[in-house]
Amino acid sequence: MRRVYLDHSATTPVRPEVLEAMLPYLKENFGNASSIHSFGQDARRAVEEAREKTAQAIGADPKEIVFTSGGTESDNLAIRGVALAKEKKGRHIITSAVEHHAVLDTCEQLEKQGFTVTRVGVDADGIVDPAEVESALRDDTILITIMHANNEVGSIQPIAEISRLAREREITFHVDAVQSLGKIPVKVDELGIDLVSLSGHKIYGPKGTGALYIRKGTKFKPLFHGGGQERKLRPGTENVPGIVAFGRAVELAVHELPEEARRLEVLRDRLMDGLLQRISELKVNGSRIKRLPHNVNVSVIYVEGESLILCLDMEGIAVSSGSACTSGSLEPSHVLRAMGIAHEVAHGSLRMTLGRDNTTEDVDYVLEKVPAIVERLRSMSPLYGHREGETVVVQ
Amino acid sequence: MYSDKVMDHFRNPRNVGEITEPDGVGMAGNPVCGDMMELFINVDEEERIEEIKFRTFGCGAAIAVSSILTEMVVGLKIEEALKIDNKQIADELGGLPPVKMHCSMLGREALEKAVEDYRKKKMATAGV
Repeated sequence: MRRVYLDHSATTPVRPEVLEAMLPYLKENFGNASSIHSFGQDARRAVEEAREKTAQAIGADPKEIVFTSGGTESDNLAIRGVALAKEKKGRHIITSAVEHHAVLDTCEQLEKQGFTVTRVGVDADGIVDPAEVESALRDDTILITIMHANNEVGSIQPIAEISRLAREREITFHVDAVQSLGKIPVKVDELGIDLVSLSGHKIYGPKGTGALYIRKGTKFKPLFHGGGQERKLRPGTENVPGIVAFGRAVELAVHELPEEARRLEVLRDRLMDGLLQRISELKVNGSRIKRLPHNVNVSVIYVEGESLILCLDMEGIAVSSGSACTSGSLEPSHVLRAMGIAHEVAHGSLRMTLGRDNTTEDVDYVLEKVPAIVERLRSMSPLYGHREGETVVVQ
Repeated sequence: MYSDKVMDHFRNPRNVGEITEPDGVGMAGNPVCGDMMELFINVDEEERIEEIKFRTFGCGAAIAVSSILTEMVVGLKIEEALKIDNKQIADELGGLPPVKMHCSMLGREALEKAVEDYRKKKMATAGV
């Protein structure tokens, strides 16, 4: 059976060049980068080389890169690190309603510690209005944290516009770029941002790798204490093979971005248009323009997302959904809800995220399989019109 | 995540569809919550469930619960069928993940509603 992986926003496989780069640091070059002997110095060189590659990829200085264990740690470190460093100045934070839980839950935790958090909403396309951020600003606002692009619907946020607001008032601006890295340009000066969270496993690096960019001069307090690694901002013996792999993955992703993004856009539109042609009562979630090049998100009315995932999996197709039944709670995706999408429509959402291994043939295979699955599940659904004029109206 | 039995009933659900002019029909759940089940029953003179069909909007567990419930109650007298609780349904499926236990309630509730509907119709007929 053909297997088509369409869940690249969840994770990606480690690409061969990345694996090749990291392997020596698991084997012969196993040294601790803090050791003075040649074993240690080999490791140190590799770590600093990865730092330079990472810095170059986002237009930063190597001294501004701190390696972490991934997106969640970077988000926690950024938000808490700034909040605790600036709490004497103020305790107000602005974020959006569609952030990743690593940001939302960290903000919620800070609320319990006496901070105030404003969550700005999004429009029907999942996009934040900078004017709403502006009206949320207060004299005691110390931090704005808004994602570059959304992990569920791929909506791209107006980061440069929001950063102007932050700049004028000397408010620190953190951006979670976990989903956008390697898909659209992430350049810290062009975007005008102070901290950026990056993750390795979304860009064909290993899980447990990532980085946080911290602009020079940003007030910041570390969360961990220990050795002096990562300029004391994130102590702990460096994950040398992981850091080397991350550096190589970022380098490749950014180098290949222009060509790969164009290729993915063609596949994305073929998939989205193909689904719209073949399936009635299908709703596109998110903007068709301000959208990541690899993201497709649609709601199949009258069916439930987990059933769709299971049926597609039987055909070798891996996707995800914002349905309540896949969230581990009984609530559907907070992103779709923030976009004003009705519960019953959110339950039928399907996210398909393309990657470098996907081809036109993969897309055509999916287009061939999905309609029959939808038809079968709809035929089982009491919401679907079995007799004319009996369809339950789903808004 | 799911037992083999859940996956079997999800892949090949038994008794899917509807009964035209059923003796009783019951609906449980709602689309806002993400699962909804419609159950149709025909009952013989001894109040035995002789035919049962379902239609379900919901996740893998909801569909499997609907399917196995129809197998468990067909041929049973209404009184016996109503004695089946949601835990028995889940057990029959080889267990359900904790977050999906509410799906087994859905089957139980739809059956109760179908029986209620059957009794109401029967009373109406008897009254004529």
